[in-house]
Amino acid sequence: MIVSRIDSFLTVSQIRLNNFFETLAGLFLFSLRFFKEVFILPYEIEEVKKHMVELGMKTLPIVGVTGFIIGLVITMQMQPVMQRFGAEAFLPGSVGISIVRELGPVITALIFAGRVSSGIGAELGSMRVTEQIDAMEVSGVNPFKFLVVTRILATTFILPILTVYVIFIALIGSYIAVVLVQNMTWEYYVDRVIFSVEFGDAIPGVSKTFVFGYIVGLVGSYLGFNAKNGTEGVGRASTTSVVIASLLILIFDMILVKLTLWLWPTAT
Amino acid sequence: MVVFGRSGTGKSVLLKCLIRLMEPDSGEIYVEGQDVGNLDHKSLNELRKDMGFLFQSAALYDSMSVRENLEFPLIRNFDLNQSEMNERVNGVLEAVSLEEAIDKMPSELSGGMRKRIGLARSIITKPKLMLYDEPTTGLDPITAKEISSLILELQNKFHMTSIVVTHDLLCAKIIADYAIVLNEGHIIHEGNIDELVSSKDEFLQNFFSDEVINTNGRD
Repeated sequence: MIVSRIDSFLTVSQIRLNNFFETLAGLFLFSLRFFKEVFILPYEIEEVKKHMVELGMKTLPIVGVTGFIIGLVITMQMQPVMQRFGAEAFLPGSVGISIVRELGPVITALIFAGRVSSGIGAELGSMRVTEQIDAMEVSGVNPFKFLVVTRILATTFILPILTVYVIFIALIGSYIAVVLVQNMTWEYYVDRVIFSVEFGDAIPGVSKTFVFGYIVGLVGSYLGFNAKNGTEGVGRASTTSVVIASLLILIFDMILVKLTLWLWPTAT
Repeated sequence: MVVFGRSGTGKSVLLKCLIRLMEPDSGEIYVEGQDVGNLDHKSLNELRKDMGFLFQSAALYDSMSVRENLEFPLIRNFDLNQSEMNERVNGVLEAVSLEEAIDKMPSELSGGMRKRIGLARSIITKPKLMLYDEPTTGLDPITAKEISSLILELQNKFHMTSIVVTHDLLCAKIIADYAIVLNEGHIIHEGNIDELVSSKDEFLQNFFSDEVINTNGRD
């Protein structure tokens, strides 16, 4: 009884592991195809702009609210700790650095993945199962170029913009938390943040969101574009894309943090 | 020409291989004297401009209006100015009698209207060869008859060759001057519709018996 259960557990695990590595290999090949096709005419600039506006507007409220709460909460959490060490004056700077270097980019990317990657997966998946992608192909239009390349470019370029917006909103949240417990002007707060946050904090923090944006677009497009088995496949493409995109964002964050610390050692 | 056959016998696959949406396992396919399987991307696109495909579900782009659906292949494949494009859009909408649907979204259209717009989008590039995958599936008998008559009308008006995959004998009787019957990937019978329907062959008698009853019922 126990042996058969272990056997079935191992079989299921092996299938899931195989699927995971198949997906990773598929993503790699899909990525290569993107870099091959992104330079081929026509560039579909209007379509990229349209997706940037749509995806940006769709995500703007939720990332704004999240950014505000994160800024507020992280400051409320750190304030008593800083007080314990007699370092309250460093509160704006340390919160600013946390938000600019890590919290802003990663939180925005994770919310963006949840909102956008699943949307792209569902939209392209639905187009695949209803033969709209085939229809595009027979009408002499390259569907990969029109549907996939434009979406990946849009997510790659809109996420850094959203991140800058979230960082700004989070700093406002943080200032409100500071004002609740101590008397500090907005000018002084901003001055402390600017004094503490260096070039080596801001540029890598925002730059890595280009990679995160690329991951969100790539994963959603890959799973949607290759969706199978009707509506069930569309649902799977939508949910799986969130899981894989979020996981890849965290893995690449780890790699990019190491890389930025190596490139900008003064920031350490 | 109409292609008959049982479900899963390869009728739709045949159409998709003709336009290289699928690759055949073996053999060669020639369209307008060109080996479809060996064409490069550019030549294949050129060939596809001469071919139209009406999908079973019409496959209209959900995120685009009817006008955008119709303009889509024109913008990307032809060097037309806006007035030439309007002329073509209005022309095909008039041909399918749906001029009023120009600014509607696909979700606002009925099944029959979607098929008509799908048909309009397929013929807007003025193809020489039209491929129809089950054009009357999912439609009520009256609409199915209307779509079949429309296919014939457009075929004559635009001088196109049509290959129609269908189970609908009435549709076939309206459209086809020639028919083939597929079974397990092979052509097992060919001829005109009346010959096939009145054949003494056991397979054909079984195949057409229900269809004849349905057709007579509709007539």
